[in-house]
Amino acid sequence: MAIVEVRALTKHFDGDVHAVEAVDLATTDGEFLVLLGPSGCGKTTLLRMIAGLEEPTAGDVLIGGNSMAGLPPRARRIAMVFQSYALYPHKTVLQNIVFPLKAAGMAPDERRRQAQWAADLLGIGHLLDRKPRHLSGGERQRAALARALVREPSVFLLDEPLSNLDAKLRATARDDLKLFQRRVGTTTVYVTHDQVEAMGMGDRIVVMDKGRVRQVGTPGDVYRHPADTFVATFLGSPPMNLVRRDDVVVGFRPESFLPKGVADAGAEALTVSFHVHRVEYLGSERHVIGTVEGLGEETRVIAMLPATVSVDVPVERSHEFVVAAGDLRFFDVGSGLRTERQRL
Amino acid sequence: MSTPPATAAGTAGTAEPGGRYLLDRKGFLARVMLLPAVVYIVALVAVPFFLAIAYSLSDVTVGDPSFDFVGLRNFATVVGDPTFRRALLNTVLITVVAMALVVVLAKVLALVLVQDFRGKWVVRLLVLLPWTTPTSLATIAWVWLLDSLFSPIDWVLRQLGLLEGNLYWLGNEGLAMTSVIAVQTWRIVPLAAVIIMAGLSAIPSDINDAAKVDGAGFWRTLFEITIPMTLPVIAVATLFGAIVVFTDMAVVFVLTRGGPVDATQVLSSWAFFRGIQGGDLAQGAAIALFLFPVLLVFAVLILRSAKRMEVM
Repeated sequence: MAIVEVRALTKHFDGDVHAVEAVDLATTDGEFLVLLGPSGCGKTTLLRMIAGLEEPTAGDVLIGGNSMAGLPPRARRIAMVFQSYALYPHKTVLQNIVFPLKAAGMAPDERRRQAQWAADLLGIGHLLDRKPRHLSGGERQRAALARALVREPSVFLLDEPLSNLDAKLRATARDDLKLFQRRVGTTTVYVTHDQVEAMGMGDRIVVMDKGRVRQVGTPGDVYRHPADTFVATFLGSPPMNLVRRDDVVVGFRPESFLPKGVADAGAEALTVSFHVHRVEYLGSERHVIGTVEGLGEETRVIAMLPATVSVDVPVERSHEFVVAAGDLRFFDVGSGLRTERQRL
Repeated sequence: MSTPPATAAGTAGTAEPGGRYLLDRKGFLARVMLLPAVVYIVALVAVPFFLAIAYSLSDVTVGDPSFDFVGLRNFATVVGDPTFRRALLNTVLITVVAMALVVVLAKVLALVLVQDFRGKWVVRLLVLLPWTTPTSLATIAWVWLLDSLFSPIDWVLRQLGLLEGNLYWLGNEGLAMTSVIAVQTWRIVPLAAVIIMAGLSAIPSDINDAAKVDGAGFWRTLFEITIPMTLPVIAVATLFGAIVVFTDMAVVFVLTRGGPVDATQVLSSWAFFRGIQGGDLAQGAAIALFLFPVLLVFAVLILRSAKRMEVM
């Protein structure tokens, strides 16, 4: 077990590509930390620098309190699972799993025992003699995990390990992976661009954009109290509605935006006129798309009504919608950062 | 937007119906495109091959081209000839030793060439030069390098104090064989290196990263990951090289003419000396046909390696 810490970690690639800009981060012991961001935000580069596969331009990586500067990946007591799984195609599952142990100079029967333990833990004990090309996507992912687990590393680094699985398998794999991590209790840094994975699995989420950390917090935190407009619109589907009003941006989640009278929004609730253009019926919920009038600039927003709200919302008409005062967020127009609460 | 239909109508009017879509028919197109290859193979491979088989069973000579069937008499004579046995042994020896050297040197060279360094393209180009130079011309340069009196190699060795006098590279049986093997290796290594390099670049970078994270150092990665994963490509490169060396007569012909005293004679040079210069077409054909079974095996092995590459 160990704490991973990065200090002012920076990576510039040839020319002027600033992949990672002065990132400071620290995990807690045994934490499942998710790096979340759109593609190209620098999250994979950050992970590769922690692994030692990429040399930082500046800054330091500490694992268990020790600086890793100049240390090769093998000296860092880390294990990594790649997006492609990177299983050695010419080796059987068993040979893949024992490979790190062989490199560490472990005796053959000890290796075999350890590999069997890891394989059984992940439920692939019966596949040890197969070659990777004879495994399904889910089995490959577990073989790659077993290879990472077998050395009992102090840190797991996972680079989008679920992105090659189909949607159905991904849900169960997410479950398995989280349970597995809790059982072994190893500090894990997990990279993904999928907010559902991040929200569902992370103890804390690091939201990144353009090489910088925008916010660090628990899934509830980053969802309910986004630090800026990027986080507000990156998380949530559909994203947070943002309406400009003078020098602030007013934000509210689609699920907090409800027809007046449906929910008890409290005395200080904001009531606005909502001109409805279109209603999307999605089974468990309805998306009501329209324009808010009178709050600030006329902006296209979305209201999300759960299936339990059966009130009729005819299109091309204005309705009274409310947002509870506690569900309103405010951001600075210039910087996009969250600001003080304001009276509307 | 009213012009396109008019043009279309215009072409439709002038084009011949039926003939218009001839080149869209896959069956027809396939035959047309295969035709040159078929003509080439029939005229330059199949005809000479069957002609050689026919000659080898006859008593045809340059002076008497009339065809008389003599059965396997030519093969018996050829096999009984000590020079032929020497040539056969030499051919195998040269091919095996040269290919062993090629595998090691080409692999090392390929590993160097896939690295990122300044001037990589210039180095790659220079490395490929020996292969692009015509064999006979390159070998003439080697004749000078290995000259009995003016050999620069000898000169360097003398300057280093390692040698007194001359080595007579091409005059001494062992050194002559060494020279032939060296030249064959020198000209095959670049091609093999380029082929192996392609195999190396085809290894996903994730695999190399995984090996690093898994704690494998350079040698373990080389022997457990890189070499096994490029084995089919190495096999193809080696077998290609083996075919080129096995059938080559230019190096021996220019360098030693098979000498000293047939010490470096190989099958193709011996077939040439016997069949063309000696005028005994029948025996020359019989000697050359000994190349066939070996080449057949090489070809089968190449196809099998290629198939394994597809599986990987």
